[in-house]
Amino acid sequence: MAAKKFSIRISSDECKGCGRCLLVCPKSLISTGTAINRQGYVAVVVNHPDGCIGCGSCFYQCPEPGAITIFEED
Amino acid sequence: MSKVKFGRSPVFFDTFERRPGPIKKNMHYCPGCGHGILHKLIAEAIDHYGIKENTYFIAPVGCAVFAYYYFNCGSISVPHGRAPAVGTGAGRAEPEKFVISYQGDGDLAAIGFNEFIQAANRGERMSVFFVNNSNYGMTGGQMAPTTLPGQKTMTSPYGRNVKTDGYPMPVCEIVNSLKAPIYVERVALTTPARIAAARRAVFKAVENLKDRKGFSLVEVLSPCPVNLKMNAAAVNDFIENKMTEYFPIGKFRDLEVPAGELPPPVIREPEAVREVLFPKKTEGVGVDSAFRNTSEIFRNELRVRVSGFGGQGILSLGLMLANMGRLRNFNVSWMPSYGPEQRGGAASCAVIFSHEAIPSPMVERDCDLLIAMTQTALDKFRHQLKSDGILIYDRSAMERPQMEPGQLVVGVDALAIANEKVGNSKCANSVVIGVLAKVLGERYLNAADREDFDRVFHEAVTENFSDKPKVIPANLLAYEEGKKVVEEL
Repeated sequence: MAAKKFSIRISSDECKGCGRCLLVCPKSLISTGTAINRQGYVAVVVNHPDGCIGCGSCFYQCPEPGAITIFEED
Repeated sequence: MSKVKFGRSPVFFDTFERRPGPIKKNMHYCPGCGHGILHKLIAEAIDHYGIKENTYFIAPVGCAVFAYYYFNCGSISVPHGRAPAVGTGAGRAEPEKFVISYQGDGDLAAIGFNEFIQAANRGERMSVFFVNNSNYGMTGGQMAPTTLPGQKTMTSPYGRNVKTDGYPMPVCEIVNSLKAPIYVERVALTTPARIAAARRAVFKAVENLKDRKGFSLVEVLSPCPVNLKMNAAAVNDFIENKMTEYFPIGKFRDLEVPAGELPPPVIREPEAVREVLFPKKTEGVGVDSAFRNTSEIFRNELRVRVSGFGGQGILSLGLMLANMGRLRNFNVSWMPSYGPEQRGGAASCAVIFSHEAIPSPMVERDCDLLIAMTQTALDKFRHQLKSDGILIYDRSAMERPQMEPGQLVVGVDALAIANEKVGNSKCANSVVIGVLAKVLGERYLNAADREDFDRVFHEAVTENFSDKPKVIPANLLAYEEGKKVVEEL
C-alpha cells in the first residue's frame, strides 16, 4: 500500500500574513512571501506543496476559514 | 482525484455576503487573531454533530460581534454581556434548539459576569465559549478583568497593579465552584498540540449541547498579537509562559451525565398564563360595549387619590375602584406608590377614569376625590384636591380637617364599622366605597347612574372574590353600612 499523498494550497488573497502557519509546519514548507495581496497583506507562500504530510497543523493555526486547504490524493 | 482533507467548513457561509465591503472570503479579525481559529473549531464541531440547522449562535459585543457574518446558522446579536440571558430565553422558548454563547473577556468577565454566572449556576442548556486574550481587543487594548498583574495596556501603562486593580478573574475556577455546570475546561490556541486539545474541548462542549446535558464552559486563551504588539511566535510564548501562570490549562470538570438528563423547561402557552394571571371574567358582569355612564361628573377625566399607610388596603381600594370603572367601559389607570416595606410606611395610589384616552396615570393636581386614611396622608395630598373636590377621611385617625369652603368633607369610621357591624376588619375598604356611593349618589349622579353604582360594586366584588366567594356577602354588607353612615351625618 502506497503512502497517502497530500498537497497544500494557500489562497494568497485570503492570507493576512500573520505567520502562524509557518511556525508549525513540521516540514518547513511555508515561508514569508514578498508580494502584497489584494487586501494589502504580505501573504505567505508554499515552497514545496507536494512535501505536505497532511498533518493539518497549519490549517488549524490559520485564523482564516479558507486561506489554507489541504488535499488528499487518491 | 483529490479530496479536501482540511478546508473551509460548510458551517461558514461560502462567501460572507453579510460583511460589507469588497472582501467576502475573509473574516474581519486582525492577522493572527484567535477568534478565527476558534470559529473554525466551533464550525467543525457543529458540522460534525449535524446541528447547524438547530443552533443559535449568540454573538457578543466585542471583536466577535459580527460572528453572524460568518456562521450559517441561527444567530442573535445581543447587548453587551447579555448572551447567557438571551441564550436562556432562546433555549427555554425553543427547547429543541442548541444554544452557543460566544463571549470575550470584557463581555463575559466584566459587564456580563452576573448574567453568565447565574446561567452557569442554573445549569442552563448551553455551551459557552469564553475567549480570554488578556485585554479589551475591540476598543484598542485596554485593561480587562483578565489582564495579568504587571501587564501593560492602554489603561494600565505602568502595568496592572493588583493593589488597585485586583487580580485576573479566574473564570473557570469560579464556575468550577458551582454545582450545576457539567463541563469546564481551559484551553489555549498556541501550539498544534494545544489547538488539538482545544478542538477536543470544543467538540465535547458541542456534544454536550447535542445530548442536552447541561451547561458547558470552554475558556480559550487566545492570541491577540496586534493589541499585545507581538508577532505570532511572541504571542504564543506570552500565552504559554505568562498567561498560564494565572490561567492554568486543563480540564476542571467533566461530569458523567446521561444524555438528555436535563428535562426541557416547562413551557406554558400564553393562553394558559393569561388564565392564571387574569382569570376569566365572572359570568354576568360588565356591560355592552356601547354603554356609557351619563352623569355630568363623568364628562371629563375623574381623578382620584387614595392614600394612607401600607397594610390598610389602600392599593386594593384603588384597584377595586379602577375595576368598577373598567366594568363600565371607562378607560382606567391605577398607579400605586409605596415604600419598600410591606406593612407601614406611606402608601397611595392614583386612579383615573375617563371616556377618552388617559395621557398620564399621574395625579399630582386637580384631584376630584381624595380618600385619606391617615393624617400624614391628608397633609401630603390635601393641596392636590380641587377647590370643589371631595375628601373622604378616616374619622378615627384625625380631627375633622379645615378644608376650603367649596370642598365636600366626609368623615367615616371605616375600620370600626367593619369590625362592629360586619365583624371583619378587612371589609373597611367596602365601607369606604359605600360612603362614596352615597356621596356621589346624592350630589353628582343621575338616577340611572346612582342605581348602577350598586350594581357595578356587586359585579366588581363578585369578580374580585370569585375564588373566595365566602367573603362576598360581608363586603356587600360593609358597602351598605357605609351608605348608612352618610345618612347619619
